[in-house]
Amino acid sequence: MSKRRSDWQQRPQARFLRWMREGYAALDEAIEDAVTQPGEASPAVDPELAVQHQEAALQHRHDRSMALDRLAQYDLYNWAVNKGRRIISRLHVLMALLLGGVIIFFLLDTVTFMPRFGAADVPANNEVIARYIEQGLAETGATNLVAGMILDYRAFDTLGESTVLFIAACAVLILLRIDLDDQGNPTQQLIAEESDDRYYEPKNDRILQGAAILLTPILLLFGVYIILNGHLSPGGGFSGGAIVSSGLILYLDAFGFKKAGRFFSYKIFQWVSFCALGFYGAAKAYSFYCGANGLENHIPLGTPGAILSGGLIMPLNIAVGLVVACTMYIFYALFRKGGL
Amino acid sequence: MIFVNLALLGMLIVCALAVSFTKNLLTSLIVYMAYSLIMTVIWMLLESPDLAITEAAVGAGITSVLFFVTLKKIHALKGDRDHEQAQK
Repeated sequence: MSKRRSDWQQRPQARFLRWMREGYAALDEAIEDAVTQPGEASPAVDPELAVQHQEAALQHRHDRSMALDRLAQYDLYNWAVNKGRRIISRLHVLMALLLGGVIIFFLLDTVTFMPRFGAADVPANNEVIARYIEQGLAETGATNLVAGMILDYRAFDTLGESTVLFIAACAVLILLRIDLDDQGNPTQQLIAEESDDRYYEPKNDRILQGAAILLTPILLLFGVYIILNGHLSPGGGFSGGAIVSSGLILYLDAFGFKKAGRFFSYKIFQWVSFCALGFYGAAKAYSFYCGANGLENHIPLGTPGAILSGGLIMPLNIAVGLVVACTMYIFYALFRKGGL
Repeated sequence: MIFVNLALLGMLIVCALAVSFTKNLLTSLIVYMAYSLIMTVIWMLLESPDLAITEAAVGAGITSVLFFVTLKKIHALKGDRDHEQAQK
């Protein structure tokens, strides 16, 4: 800091300013002397002239102070533009680092008070987990405990998640969808988007099509497998739906909207999403109603490990998978050209 | 085993930093996909295959595809710039 200051003092501009000020100061002192101490010569001078002199001196002093002010202002402005900006930006960086350091310190300090990872006496290790592990299989009929948890014990959360996804799809639809005009003809914007899309996308790319022919059935089959086996093995509606949608997206990329539109249109998206979410809501409403009132649940749990077991978990997985697959696919289509 | 875990965590941190500090959007997107794949392996090592499948399908798959389409839409891919210059 001090080095910078001395640099500034040494610059020709600063020296010039200082010289100007000193010169003025000397003059000022002389004038001050002349004004305050009239000296011996004054009686000889005409009093009116003396008054004029005094006025002129005062005027000069005023002008000088104004000029000095302006000089100081200019100086300050120059400093703010050249040095001040750099100093302030450095100050910002310093303060950001300081703030980050303080936050990191306090977070780490808090972490040291937490129990050891995986210790037996952590607060999270309570009777809820014990119950899930001990009676989860008997109560839900799902060998995959995670599926039993998210689609049976915590099914209400999963309903909320599916709804959030559906709402997100609706928001994207509102934002990105380009409608047909009143007569049902494509608008100018839609035509422009389509030609734009066609330019950027590879049209009838042989490599992509060959890969898609090989991969799409495998992806779809794997996704369906993960959805249907959600209650037996790792996976479930969400991940399976994402895999199915990635297969659909690959097909769409390789063969274009026209071919993909033959089996997946906007209407199908609407109906599939509506039916899946409606089924989910109805099925869970049934089990909530039964569970809350202590009524007997009429859905058989089946033999654990069999494909048709776990009560409502498999149908719910299918519903979630359908919603996720449709939503992801329509996200992609909307992002690409604003419609299916 | 602990070395594998540490190496994976180190790669995770490197990828996370690289995503932020890469200037090219396409590069940072591909690094982000690598991040998701490393995360998938870490989930597998933490014995949560459910999360691993979801991370692989959503993190490395769908999210990246949507990002790619967005980059195409805002003309941030390299080929697009050539195309625009050719139009001018």
